Amino acid sequence: MSSTTDHKVIINALYDDDDVLLKGVKDVRAKGYHVEEVYSPFPVHGLDHAMGLAPTRIGTAAFFYGLLGLSTAIAITYWMMIVDWPMNIGGKPSFTWGYNMPAFVPIMFELTVFFAAHLMVWTFFFRNGIYPGRKRLNPDPRTTDDKFLMEVELTGDREELMTLLKETGAIEISEKTDQNA
Amino acid sequence: MHYEAPIREPLIKGDKSYHDITVEVARPIETKAPRSWWLVFSLSLIAFLWGVGCILYTIGVGIGTWGLNKTVGWAWDITNFVWWVGIGHAGTLISAILLLFRQKWRMSINRSAEAMTIFSVIQAALFPGIHMGRIWMAYFVFPIPNQFGSLWVNFNSPLLWDVFAISTYFSVSLVFWYVGLIPDFAMIRDRAVKPIQKHIYKILSFGWGGKAKHWQRFEEVSLVLAGLATPLVLSVHTIVSMDFATSVIPGWHTTIFPPYFVAGAIFSGFAMVQTLLIIVRKLFRMEHYITIQHIEMMNIIIMLTGSIVGVAYITELFIAWYSGVEYEQYAFLNRATGPYWWAYWSMMTCNVFSPQFMWFKKLRTSLMFTFIISIVVNIGMWFERFVIIVTSLHRDYLPSSWSMFSPTFVDIGIFIGTIGFFFVLFLLYARSFPVIAQAELKTILKSSGENYKKLHE
Repeated sequence: MSSTTDHKVIINALYDDDDVLLKGVKDVRAKGYHVEEVYSPFPVHGLDHAMGLAPTRIGTAAFFYGLLGLSTAIAITYWMMIVDWPMNIGGKPSFTWGYNMPAFVPIMFELTVFFAAHLMVWTFFFRNGIYPGRKRLNPDPRTTDDKFLMEVELTGDREELMTLLKETGAIEISEKTDQNA
Repeated sequence: MHYEAPIREPLIKGDKSYHDITVEVARPIETKAPRSWWLVFSLSLIAFLWGVGCILYTIGVGIGTWGLNKTVGWAWDITNFVWWVGIGHAGTLISAILLLFRQKWRMSINRSAEAMTIFSVIQAALFPGIHMGRIWMAYFVFPIPNQFGSLWVNFNSPLLWDVFAISTYFSVSLVFWYVGLIPDFAMIRDRAVKPIQKHIYKILSFGWGGKAKHWQRFEEVSLVLAGLATPLVLSVHTIVSMDFATSVIPGWHTTIFPPYFVAGAIFSGFAMVQTLLIIVRKLFRMEHYITIQHIEMMNIIIMLTGSIVGVAYITELFIAWYSGVEYEQYAFLNRATGPYWWAYWSMMTCNVFSPQFMWFKKLRTSLMFTFIISIVVNIGMWFERFVIIVTSLHRDYLPSSWSMFSPTFVDIGIFIGTIGFFFVLFLLYARSFPVIAQAELKTILKSSGENYKKLHE
């Protein structure tokens, strides 16, 4: 997914420290520039806030997936044990779901967890667009080791942005090309 | 912002940078295996193949090849099943419960502990499968319509709850482990020079690039998975214990079983983590990441859970006496003084007595001592399951049908085979997967690294 289009120029700034990067992101945004993306080897605390990213809603999604799992468990136990083929097992009530419910609690719990966990992880993969064999998303292989890459959209004077990035402590500054995209 | 009280021991020793962590975690994958690895791997592989042979023999001939008889219908198979499932509890406990409690020392051990969880649940799942006798009918445990019409599974049965609990636990632990592995696979991918290696890690890493939004979701997913896995891990051994507790066999029919089994599972799981990590840290020179402090923390958990198990044993005895039920009383008297007294007292010695040494700081910080105790504890926990299962069954209500259980070579072979299989999987993992969650560990380097802590002083 190349984000470079004809009218948009992206400047890459490489950092070698998470604190310097975080301050860099704040400084660059304070000057009115748009930070396109940041690649980091580990989650940098406070980075999403500094970049102005909206909070993720994946936890909420997991809650609804869990509800779906719970409903599934209620539906299958009701259909299989009460409606389709009620069995007299140790004299336990088999004619209403409510009376038999305590015996179904483990199934209800397990299916809630099963649905919530798996569907959330599938959502995580889908929303991130990651799958087995995907071409690596980081333009610079060093960003999974110890380097941090900030992509800034160039607006206004080029030299001004370059100077600003240098001041924030970037160790390498380059224009994003198709090779490193 | 990276401050941590100086009274806390550093979790990462030495003068480390982010790059050092990368290099040292990638080293076992990028270098040739030490000779000792090949030696242990060969032995494990032989044991595994022997186990495969015994399993095939069982499937071909039937479970008459085992030492079971009319009175003792469950013995080594279920003992081994419960033992392996129990061992499989530490991994998710470390990564989920310790994550919720913000225990940062989990970071350098959770990867291997979770791997251990997954591999031991695989061993555990083998046993109910082959104990069915007709393994090709195994799909009957799933709620699917079958060829006799829609005769469904029995959702009232703890054995079916077990199917759901173990499958959920296995699959959720697997994705939890894998989501954590993705950034580390990406790190290996970006360092790989050999084309085949690069390609394999390209597939495994899902193209991970460490984008800010992805990390944000990653952290949320880890937290929610931890929240889901915490009750899950407690539910699994609870449900395993209900296989026994909901029956009416004296010695099994007790309400203390769920918490007692869960404590025992954590106890044996941590012991197995100790056994494996003491070897891993030595073999792959991870002493700076898996420090004596980590070993000590785990020893304290072993001591605590071992004591809980001890209290449970004594409570069981008391309740048996206090219940006034003579069958219950006899079951416990027979455990301690009957023909299986040696199993009972091995259990007591290994599980209740031996962890008490961990009260001494000198002993719980000694690697050799920890290693020995970790093995002793797992022997003890195997005996615990054997005692619960076999001694409760072998003298039932009718003295004319009292009997003893003696394992055949097939019973023993399958057990040894699962130990072999477990080590085969673990050794392959240790050579091809990043054994330390390096991305996560890098986040605490500035607060808990030895060199950074010195800077703060």
